[in-house]
Amino acid sequence: MGVFTIILPEIFLFLSSTLLLVVGLFYKRVNIINLLTFSILILAAVLVFYQPSSFGFNNSFVNDEFSKTIKMLILIGSASTLLMFSPSRRKINIDIYEFPILISFASLGMMVMVSSNDLLSMFIGLELQSLSLYVLASLNRNSLQSSESGIKYFILGALSSGLLLFGISYIYGFTGNTNFNLISATYDKNSLGLLIGIVFVCSGLAFKISAVPFHMWTPDVYQGAPTPVTGFFALAPKIAAVAIFLRFLYSSFGETAADWQQIIIFLSIASMIFAAFAAIAQSNIKRLMAYSSIGHVGYILIGMACFNFEGVQSLIIYLILYLVMNLSVFSFILMMKRKDEYCENINDLSGLYKHNPFYAILIALSMFSLAGIPPLAGFFGKFYIFMSAIKSDFYLLAVVGIVASVVSAFYYLRIVKIIYFDEPSEKFDEFNSSSLNLLFFISSGIVILFFVYPSPILNMGNYAAKTFF
Amino acid sequence: MNELPILSILLILPVIGILLLTFISSNSESDGNLKQTALWVSFLNFIISLVVLFNFNQVDPNFQFVEKYYWLGDTISYHVGVDGISILFVVLTTFLVPICILASYNNIKFSIKEYLIAFLALETFMIGVFISMDLILFYLFFEGGLIPMFLIIGIWGGERRIYSTFKFFLYTLAGSVFMLLAVIFMYWEVGTSSIPILLQYEFSYDAQIILWLAFFASFVVKIPMWPFHTWLPDAHVEAPTAGSVILAGVLLKLAGYGFIRFSITMFPDASHYFAPMIYALSIIAIIFTSLIALVQEDMKKLIAYSSVAHMGFVTLGIFTFTIQGIEGAIIQMISHGIVSAALFLCVGVVYDRMHTREIERYGGLVNRMPLYSFSFMIFILASLGLPGTSGFVGEFLVLLSIFSVNTYFAVFATMGVVLAATYSLWLYRKIIFGQLIKDDLKDILDLSSREIVIFAPLILLTILIGIYPIPVLEIIEPSSQLTLEIINGKMD
Repeated sequence: MGVFTIILPEIFLFLSSTLLLVVGLFYKRVNIINLLTFSILILAAVLVFYQPSSFGFNNSFVNDEFSKTIKMLILIGSASTLLMFSPSRRKINIDIYEFPILISFASLGMMVMVSSNDLLSMFIGLELQSLSLYVLASLNRNSLQSSESGIKYFILGALSSGLLLFGISYIYGFTGNTNFNLISATYDKNSLGLLIGIVFVCSGLAFKISAVPFHMWTPDVYQGAPTPVTGFFALAPKIAAVAIFLRFLYSSFGETAADWQQIIIFLSIASMIFAAFAAIAQSNIKRLMAYSSIGHVGYILIGMACFNFEGVQSLIIYLILYLVMNLSVFSFILMMKRKDEYCENINDLSGLYKHNPFYAILIALSMFSLAGIPPLAGFFGKFYIFMSAIKSDFYLLAVVGIVASVVSAFYYLRIVKIIYFDEPSEKFDEFNSSSLNLLFFISSGIVILFFVYPSPILNMGNYAAKTFF
Repeated sequence: MNELPILSILLILPVIGILLLTFISSNSESDGNLKQTALWVSFLNFIISLVVLFNFNQVDPNFQFVEKYYWLGDTISYHVGVDGISILFVVLTTFLVPICILASYNNIKFSIKEYLIAFLALETFMIGVFISMDLILFYLFFEGGLIPMFLIIGIWGGERRIYSTFKFFLYTLAGSVFMLLAVIFMYWEVGTSSIPILLQYEFSYDAQIILWLAFFASFVVKIPMWPFHTWLPDAHVEAPTAGSVILAGVLLKLAGYGFIRFSITMFPDASHYFAPMIYALSIIAIIFTSLIALVQEDMKKLIAYSSVAHMGFVTLGIFTFTIQGIEGAIIQMISHGIVSAALFLCVGVVYDRMHTREIERYGGLVNRMPLYSFSFMIFILASLGLPGTSGFVGEFLVLLSIFSVNTYFAVFATMGVVLAATYSLWLYRKIIFGQLIKDDLKDILDLSSREIVIFAPLILLTILIGIYPIPVLEIIEPSSQLTLEIINGKMD
């Protein structure tokens, strides 16, 4: 029995989601199921919080400060998605009880992934997550775009899983182990085969975090998927994939950081520069947020490349603030309705400031925050990332990052410009959804007031970074 | 320290004003309430800053009214204080903001609430820059001011406001981000971002060169020096009157303050190394932009270019590393803060009446507007540096200091004074003198009582500093002396 306590949150999440799936068959009240799933996710987060740090299952499963922090972020992200789902489900034709359950299964997959200390448990978690996500992306069956995005995501996702497995087989072949710690112990520095393995696994994981040049699916999937799903994509899976990417590299290949650092640095620079320029021409806000997320991944990868305490700390802080900023933007996108139809073009935002000045300033400040202008939260995310880059003597990364952030400021400012300076268009429908309002106000409140009392989030970063250093 | 956290009050009061404003509904009846609230809040802040000024110990060159609280970890703290170099800028800021709000009473036609909120937010950021004793905190305020200014120009500006405000924002941001990297580098090198400790720290020569350039990238755009000045005329022309006032009055000074506080004190070797470049750029700025000012057709553009020229004197003075140079630079900045602000207000007065800033459209205003002509004359004369006005003190000290360093540069700089007289007097003659022949000017009205209230303190200060600058110099002197001692100590 003792061995199962270390996966208690996972077991709890699995059993209760399965139960809900059965209940849902007979009792088709979507909002009740949604509410129950929401409470399950919150409960799971509480369970995670009280988990002791330990290893289990022949060292293939690990609970430590890092995985606990990430798991809580994932569960918060998933639970927020359910809040976004409830007011929008009828309108975008995803009014089915499977939605919350799929989210919950995806979270389960991510939790397994984040805690895995073995290539195989990592793969199992990754697939459980991905399969749920493929379904979620194409959930609106009547929409051509949604189906297209689901198919695209599935094909490219399967390809990336293939790459990942191929890399895993190389690593297994050359070390004889799948456990991260054992790989690290039996690592042969001169083995070319291992290096090939690392490259393939990195490519597979880069697909999942949508780093350039493995980003092609992101804009289409983000645009096509139902908006709550897009919000979910931007939040939880990305955080989980970053976490496992980091654990894979740090635990198994910590000894030879220089080998994989080049890969991460390349991914990082490519993502930052590409996203900064590609986002300029976008007119669909979901697509724009897709490019924006690619750019943010670039910054997160800087933290990963550093391979020191500050790097992990800054990465965690960035992930938390990224989650908060995206919540604020996506909960607002779901409120953008005219005559009961959703608007996705960024030009639709014009005149917001005439009709709803309070919302206008909050969304504008979220944009400034995404651009990294002080004193908003996004600045501190970037600030800590650059702190770690300079500390590790990655001056090139820091300079490229800072230049890319100036370029990307342009497209965030364009949204502010549309809100404030352009000729007003029609008024949006009343923003009367209480769950979206709650989400929007809490997240933008954190974005604006983070600088007043930054200690809790900074301490979370410290806490999680202790795992590795 | 011992009593009230007065600097924090100074910083937070505008924020409280913002909160008050958000609770007042914004319809046409409550517009008056909004303006009154903002005006009184900013005026109260001015009074508080005067309290700081009168309790300021002039003999002590170190930071005073120091407050320090835990912020980002143990080494980056909320650490504020003022010394002789910064206190006058704080007072200048709190002095100009109520004037700006008063000047916006009639010419902001819509969204007055958001406008006032933006101004109060800007005030907080500007005060924050001058009182920060922590580099990260300094950077936070330095950059944060971009947000309200971006909105002020973009929402309430003129026709090409979007182009101008983007240019302003991206130019300044692009310069500043390099400073951020430099700040982080210094943090890892020294282990803290506390300014008093960094001032004493000696960086290696190579590090100094790089760090100096990074700080320079930020300040050169902000001050602005030739050839990075092109955003300034655009921003000035499109900004509403009060926006121009605050831009010329305070925002440009952030960079001058930064040069004195950081560049020359923390990186003295690099500063000496780059001083000839600064001289050259300043001289080009003084002469070149003065020549450009001569051919302007837009009044605001002319004054904007003259600002670049005046800031040339500031940089020239700072990089002479003499007590006269630094004091002259500070006085020149204070004086320019008052005079150029006043000049933009003068332009605003006629713009409100005629809705044009074209110089050709005016002429002979003295016939209908004697009070206006009088005030305008004072400021024009101060701007060209006539003895007896504040403009003279700064320019004279700077010329004195540059003469002791290099005679040729002094000769060129003096030519700039002549050119300043040329374009200023030309502008004044075109607008004020001559026959009042243009039909639409026939029934233009002189200054209203509100405008007199705005101009009176500005005129008073201009003349007061001009004929009796000793009290101001006494405040500046000890801290400037200390700065020079630090520089010389590091150079040996």
